[in-house]
Amino acid sequence: MSLDKATVRRIAHLARIDVPEADLDPMVKELTGIMNWIEQLKEVNTDAVAPMTGGTDMKLAWRKDAVTDGAQPEKVLSNAPDKHDSFFSVPKVVE
Amino acid sequence: MAYIIKGETGDWEVVIGLEVHAQVISAAKLFSGAATSFGSDPNSNVAFVDAAMPGMLPVINATCVEQAVRTGLGLKAKINHRSVFARKNYFYADLPQGYQISQFDQPIVGEGTLVLDMPDGTSRSVGIERLHLEQDAGKSIHDIHPTKSFIDLNRAGVALMEIVSKPDMRSPEEAGAYLKKLRSILRYLGTCDGNMEEGSMRCDANVSVRPVGSTELRTRCEIKNVNSMRFVMQAIEFEAKRHVDVYDNGGKIDQETRLYDSVKGETRTMRSKEFAHDYRYFPDPDLLPLEFDDAYVAAIKSTLPELPDDKKERFISQYGLSAYDAGVLVAEKENADFFEEVAKQSGDGKLANSWVSNNLFSVLNAKNLTIDQSPISANHLSKLIALIKNNTISGRLAKDVFEIMLVETGKDPEAIVSERGMKQITDTGAIDKAIDDILAANADKVAQVKAGKEALIGWFVGQVMKATQGKANPALCQELLKKKLAQ
Amino acid sequence: MTDLTRFTIASAREHLRKKDFTALELTDAHIAAMESNRHLNAFITETADLARERAKESDFRIKNGDALPLDGIPLGIKDLFCTEGVQTTAGSHILKGFRPNYESTVSQKLRDAGSVMLGKLNLDEFAMGSSNMTSYYGDVINPWKARGHSADLVPGGSSGGSAASVAAHLAMGATGTDTGGSIRQPAAFCGIVGVKPTYGRCSRWGVVAFASSLDQAGPMTRTVRDAAIMLNAMVGFDPKDSTSANLPMPDVEAALTKGVKGMKIGLPKEYRPAGLNAEVGMLWDKGAQWLRDAGAEVIEIDLPHTKYALPTYYIVAPAEASSNLARYDGVRYGLRVPGKSLDDMYAKTRAEGFGKEVKRRILIGTYVLSAGYYDAYYLKAQKVRALIAQDFEKAFGKVDAILTPTAPTAAFGLNDKIDDPVAMYLNDVFTVPASLAGIPGASVPAGLTAHGLPLGLQVLTKRWDEETLFRVCQVLEDSAKFPGLKGER
Repeated sequence: MSLDKATVRRIAHLARIDVPEADLDPMVKELTGIMNWIEQLKEVNTDAVAPMTGGTDMKLAWRKDAVTDGAQPEKVLSNAPDKHDSFFSVPKVVE
Repeated sequence: MAYIIKGETGDWEVVIGLEVHAQVISAAKLFSGAATSFGSDPNSNVAFVDAAMPGMLPVINATCVEQAVRTGLGLKAKINHRSVFARKNYFYADLPQGYQISQFDQPIVGEGTLVLDMPDGTSRSVGIERLHLEQDAGKSIHDIHPTKSFIDLNRAGVALMEIVSKPDMRSPEEAGAYLKKLRSILRYLGTCDGNMEEGSMRCDANVSVRPVGSTELRTRCEIKNVNSMRFVMQAIEFEAKRHVDVYDNGGKIDQETRLYDSVKGETRTMRSKEFAHDYRYFPDPDLLPLEFDDAYVAAIKSTLPELPDDKKERFISQYGLSAYDAGVLVAEKENADFFEEVAKQSGDGKLANSWVSNNLFSVLNAKNLTIDQSPISANHLSKLIALIKNNTISGRLAKDVFEIMLVETGKDPEAIVSERGMKQITDTGAIDKAIDDILAANADKVAQVKAGKEALIGWFVGQVMKATQGKANPALCQELLKKKLAQ
Repeated sequence: MTDLTRFTIASAREHLRKKDFTALELTDAHIAAMESNRHLNAFITETADLARERAKESDFRIKNGDALPLDGIPLGIKDLFCTEGVQTTAGSHILKGFRPNYESTVSQKLRDAGSVMLGKLNLDEFAMGSSNMTSYYGDVINPWKARGHSADLVPGGSSGGSAASVAAHLAMGATGTDTGGSIRQPAAFCGIVGVKPTYGRCSRWGVVAFASSLDQAGPMTRTVRDAAIMLNAMVGFDPKDSTSANLPMPDVEAALTKGVKGMKIGLPKEYRPAGLNAEVGMLWDKGAQWLRDAGAEVIEIDLPHTKYALPTYYIVAPAEASSNLARYDGVRYGLRVPGKSLDDMYAKTRAEGFGKEVKRRILIGTYVLSAGYYDAYYLKAQKVRALIAQDFEKAFGKVDAILTPTAPTAAFGLNDKIDDPVAMYLNDVFTVPASLAGIPGASVPAGLTAHGLPLGLQVLTKRWDEETLFRVCQVLEDSAKFPGLKGER
């Protein structure tokens, strides 16, 4: 398994992490190393094995439909790097 | 009638599938205890989990699950006793978690059916592919600041049902009928208020075209978030023509997301979605599978109301209505209930339909009122019909009474009739007298009738009615006139 | 005067109730130790004033005879637990300046039990690491040194600050979190006790998420009894965490004296690969003998999928992390690096805010979930995970507990450059399988290497059986007579 530069660039974009062009090659090498090591899973026969999707065998608990939260805009916004009145603000988005 | 687009290279048909996002009626959000109310101050209906604060976790709202099951039952769909919440990963300013909690390969509701009532009275089935529960995103506001977009998370995390149709529709009209019917069912069920203006029902349309006679599915475009039924139909019409033009010119359609510009009446590419998506769905490890048993579904089923299709059938058989009339009546549950009350109280379904559907609805439409705001109650309308039926007033007089009822809201029609002396004359003596006077004054016309011009009888009836200020029973008039003219 | 930092939680609790010293005195002693050991870099944020305030409240309650279970006990809180009004960093630059307006369930429970928070403990960034070398706030130094050497050693990770602070007697106990060994491995490296309870025992609400299906909080202390006392206060059903267990918790402190007589203990043969460090192997044998001596039967067992646990973990954990860490986008809290568009702002913020290891794992996670690779990697890993869990289930059909080494080596040098990420990942080879299976595990300090560095033994039991876990741990502790850095009283 070998990742190429284009793939690493694509996943870095999907993950929204800026990777300088110069860092791409070492990153390709490193990730390829890890993925090659992971490849050994292919040896395991998993036919007819149900995937384990979570960490517990509990049943999901349901919440009653009641308004128990909210009404705290100042707390919601208190850590915002940039805000305007009661809005978070970000660089303008063009749809 | 088939909807055909005439292209330069031949005839084309359009293939339409709709994805409707219907906001679930619930007090609190799908995974948080914040309120779902519309129009609150920015970021005031936001729990820390809605703002994706570190370490915050989702907990499912039982009512949202129930509403999804109820809707599934209303769509005669398969209810999945085990479904899985999955994360749909993408970055957007109004998506705080960086993923939307949705359902992917294991939705809560599977395949179902929706019957369209077409304007010509025919009906047609459209397949439902699935229904799943998911979180709504927040709202980005782009028009307050010149260089910034503002984010309000009040809507973030509100429960939505995404209802996906099969690509079974073949015209903009069918798409419109689908939305209308779906909205009707959701409102009957009480699972979504269907308010497109406030965004509690939103529609994405998947549109492609193909040569008539072909069964292939060509590349489709998704038109996002169209906020009225009329616009959905317009957008589909435009988009289908655009596809035909592209194919006619030897071009190729790219699969893409487009926006409908209702001012220009056209669709355009959405710039912010320029990169191909890779949503990296996987089961949400913060949640466990959503599971329930038969008894749970049966308990919900036992509380389902009569739905529009069943009601329509019943109106046809019980009240003798036409399919078209019944379809119109049942579209809004409130209208159907009003009609049914009038029909029951007056004991005459056909007359009830005629007065509700023709007279009352045209007044309500003209005044832009809903049935709840009707100036005439079902009880009073029933009484009016009873007055016609027991020959107290004629149909013509009834219309006058109806007009008075519209103005003097809340007034009993019996009172109106008796106060104004509008009772129909059924005393043959009084009518005899009026007829004799008219015959005497119009000897020439009497002669013409006797010479065979039967049509003039109608003219005589009119004269009698005029002479009695409309109070004479027209049938009785006619009978007496015929007798006298035959002498 | 007696060094108040030398007490265990259990004994300090008695002394406080007998009013031999006050909670404020006990807290002041630990604040002094914390302040004079800043070279260890165990704390990211010290909250001395807050600690004194809480200690005074404890004294008031003790005076009135209303003492709470942990009243006046100074603890450190791993900086992955959100603490109301106190900066919470997760060891990352991306949470720059973040002050939560909420308190994690676990830290709230510890506070409600009367404990005193000394500060927020250093950790690998977002708990991703086995050496505490990935923290934005710098390396933590293991208070232990190899005999005759002055070189700084790593404390292990990710709960490196927790382990170092407890080992060095800066705190009487600390919270840790364990995703693949982050409590047990640093406990072993620093010669303390670390317990990862069954997944679902401690609420994850308010704990900065790394890998949701694996993350589990637990206590780190100098004795098994202290761990039991702390754990009793930390656990409990939390309706705010959908994966939290609604099951009664056995009183693990009360179980400590029950011994292991008649128990069956399994030694998985897959944990003894050809190249196993000889000292580690010898200690393991010794541990087995201690349990035999205490009346247990020790047998060899099979956990056939053991070798696949690490690669499985390095799919599952990064995949979940890549999604869990998407929220750090510079919009609502933490660092923001300006950009010319929204996407540019995201990419710059996340490039600057995340460290190398975190980025590496986000990229792996993004890759294994991406279109065309999901089945080959993520789904495959979930299936292998199921097989690993089945291995344990079968084993627990035969034995009550499993004994293994905690880590393949003792603490390594801070300057022993480990450039190969896979070599670093191998530190967790013995701890990761239990994390994947969701079963409880603990590390007990059991001996020293020839160079005088601590080694730990790991005990595993079936889900929800913390009682057996603690009984075995107590026997190991009693037999090992581990000296600790300063000795205990």
